[in-house]
Amino acid sequence: MAMKTLLKNKTTRTNGITYLVVIAVFAVMQVLNGAGLLGSSVKGYLVPICVYISLAVSLNLLVGICGELSLGHAGFMGIGAFSGIVIAALLQDTIPNDVMRLLCAMVGGGILAGVVGFLIGIPVLRLRGDYLAIVTLAFGEIMKNIVGNLYAGIDAQGFHMAISTSKMKLGEGGKYIINGPLGATGVQKLATFTMGFVLVLFTLFVVQNLVNSKEGRAIKAVRDNRIAAESVGINVTAFRMKAFVVSAFLAGMAGALFGLNYSSVTASKFNFNTSINILVFVVLGGMGNILGSVISATVLYVLPEAMRGLQDYRMILYAVVLIVVMLCTWSPKFKEKLSIVSEKIKSLFWGLFKKKEAGTNE
Amino acid sequence: MNEYSKKMLKVPTYTLLREQDKDKQPVLDVRNLGIDFGGLTAVDGFNITIGPTEISGLIGPNGAGKTTIFNLLTGVYQPTRGSVLINGIDIKGMPTHKVNKLGIARTFQNIRLFTDMTALDNVKVGMHNGIKCSFASSVLHLPSYYRSEKQANEMAMELLDFMSLTDVADQKAGSLPYGVQRRLEIVRALATNPSIILLDEPAAGMNPSETTELMHQIRRIRDTFQIAIFLIEHDMNLVMNVCEAIAVVNYGRIITKGTPDEVRQNPAVIEAYLGREEGKTDAEN
Ligand SMILES: Nc1ncnc2c1ncn2[C@@H]1O[C@H](COP(=O)(O)OP(=O)(O)OP(=O)(O)O)[C@@H](O)[C@H]1O
Ligand SMILES: [Mg+2]
Repeated sequence: MAMKTLLKNKTTRTNGITYLVVIAVFAVMQVLNGAGLLGSSVKGYLVPICVYISLAVSLNLLVGICGELSLGHAGFMGIGAFSGIVIAALLQDTIPNDVMRLLCAMVGGGILAGVVGFLIGIPVLRLRGDYLAIVTLAFGEIMKNIVGNLYAGIDAQGFHMAISTSKMKLGEGGKYIINGPLGATGVQKLATFTMGFVLVLFTLFVVQNLVNSKEGRAIKAVRDNRIAAESVGINVTAFRMKAFVVSAFLAGMAGALFGLNYSSVTASKFNFNTSINILVFVVLGGMGNILGSVISATVLYVLPEAMRGLQDYRMILYAVVLIVVMLCTWSPKFKEKLSIVSEKIKSLFWGLFKKKEAGTNE
Repeated sequence: MNEYSKKMLKVPTYTLLREQDKDKQPVLDVRNLGIDFGGLTAVDGFNITIGPTEISGLIGPNGAGKTTIFNLLTGVYQPTRGSVLINGIDIKGMPTHKVNKLGIARTFQNIRLFTDMTALDNVKVGMHNGIKCSFASSVLHLPSYYRSEKQANEMAMELLDFMSLTDVADQKAGSLPYGVQRRLEIVRALATNPSIILLDEPAAGMNPSETTELMHQIRRIRDTFQIAIFLIEHDMNLVMNVCEAIAVVNYGRIITKGTPDEVRQNPAVIEAYLGREEGKTDAEN
């Protein structure tokens, strides 16, 4: 009986479908992998795909569901990556189990990213308008530059960290974990596809649960009509903050998994381009559409990789695909779902167009 | 000038309270409230006391400052002068959401529903602070989440039923007819468990039969929930029939306060407000 009413509920059904799709794809991949049918390049995509799915879904919470434009998601990913790498290196001896160490690194990376998100949010989220976009844009770049000049290492005395080479003095037998512009080198590759799958499920679980709770209703209410939401006792700033921190936390976790998937990682990986790519996944997957984010992150990550053989033409093709998808999704139903962000862009274009038209009429 | 005009207007200083409210703390106590927008004094010297179960009206011509007064009472605007006490607590400096928690809820002249959400969800947003479910429980969907959601659903449905809105519970708020939207806004305000609700032109856009129903519903809200109601309305029939006390404002100042009969007979009101209405009907005839 309870199950029946649950299935009748449209949102629970779409959520269920999202989980099912993810689980089915994972199972198929595992079987293919077990049968030795996956090429090494395809195997290499598996973890990053999971990472980008998580990033897209967590950014969708902010952009699609809250209607807040963030241009620095890669910054949180970077914080998660480097802190995850450091945590994993520090716990090398304390926690011998790789899976446990990876989990600690991911949770630690997530928490640090969440804390940084909170600190950024304090001044910014009180303001209305596009400040969040501007500040997160700056944050992403600052983060990249700080991490690009960060030195961290361990020696007999313990953990050392500094922001310049001269201040960084590692003792005899010391080992660099992060080596300034060279990035993190000699990273132990802890990431596994299974952990990626767990991360995706966890991200979906957190985001979908949040959306279907009183918190999610409040978030939607704030986006729909801020003044009315305040009038029924909803603290708008607190809600923007909650969404922002949760989103940063999930991005940090994904970043940690990403960082621990390669033997070396540089800060430049977490630049503005990456932030925009994640935003593209969200926009093309559909604002507020979680399953859409999952699919578009997968397809749009694989596409440029699969087209590597085409060399210079691949980015052109990629752009063409983006435009085609954009046109296909330009249906009234999709339009309805567009959040404040794309509406702003649209109104800007319309404004220009109308001005031009008015000009020609005269 | 101000002192002079105050004397001239002879605003009565007594406050009307229902017999049963006489020795109770007023739910709303407004003293000498005023706000300036740049050079424009939109509201000045506004005083009112509303008892815990009183239905009061606020009338006045267009642009008199009525909506501005509501915005001052709910913390949307911070007053330039004066104070607002809700259940004895001064709202000075409080943001709107905190003021709401003191027990004041409102509707809007230009309806502000969450248009993309269902009528039921609109009410549940109103119940937000009443739903006992921690953030962790919301994220992890712990048992308390299911319990609180079930309770919230039942209560929201009861409230909708109270205003005869059960049929539209699953419809998008934005797609509902005007009169239904107005009533839904009242339900959402009630969902915050207020001790006073402010209704800004609740009958605007309603047809006569809807307005009559609304009059009954306003009385029923007071009788059932034992709360105070303070309403702005241009429909004189509704105001005179429903309100036990009426304040009349013009140019941001109170012209008079009193029972419907007292207000009806006050020459200043007839000149400033009702006179205009009569003039209009004369012209129509
Ligand atoms: N934020 C603001 N800034 C400047 N002036 C304002 C502001 N809000 C209201 N006013 C002015 O205050 C005056 C009172 O407006 P208000 O909306 O309170 O009138 P009202 O009595 O509700 O009228 P109506 O019956 O038409 O709803 C008007 O002259 C209006 O232009
Ligand atoms: Mg008004």
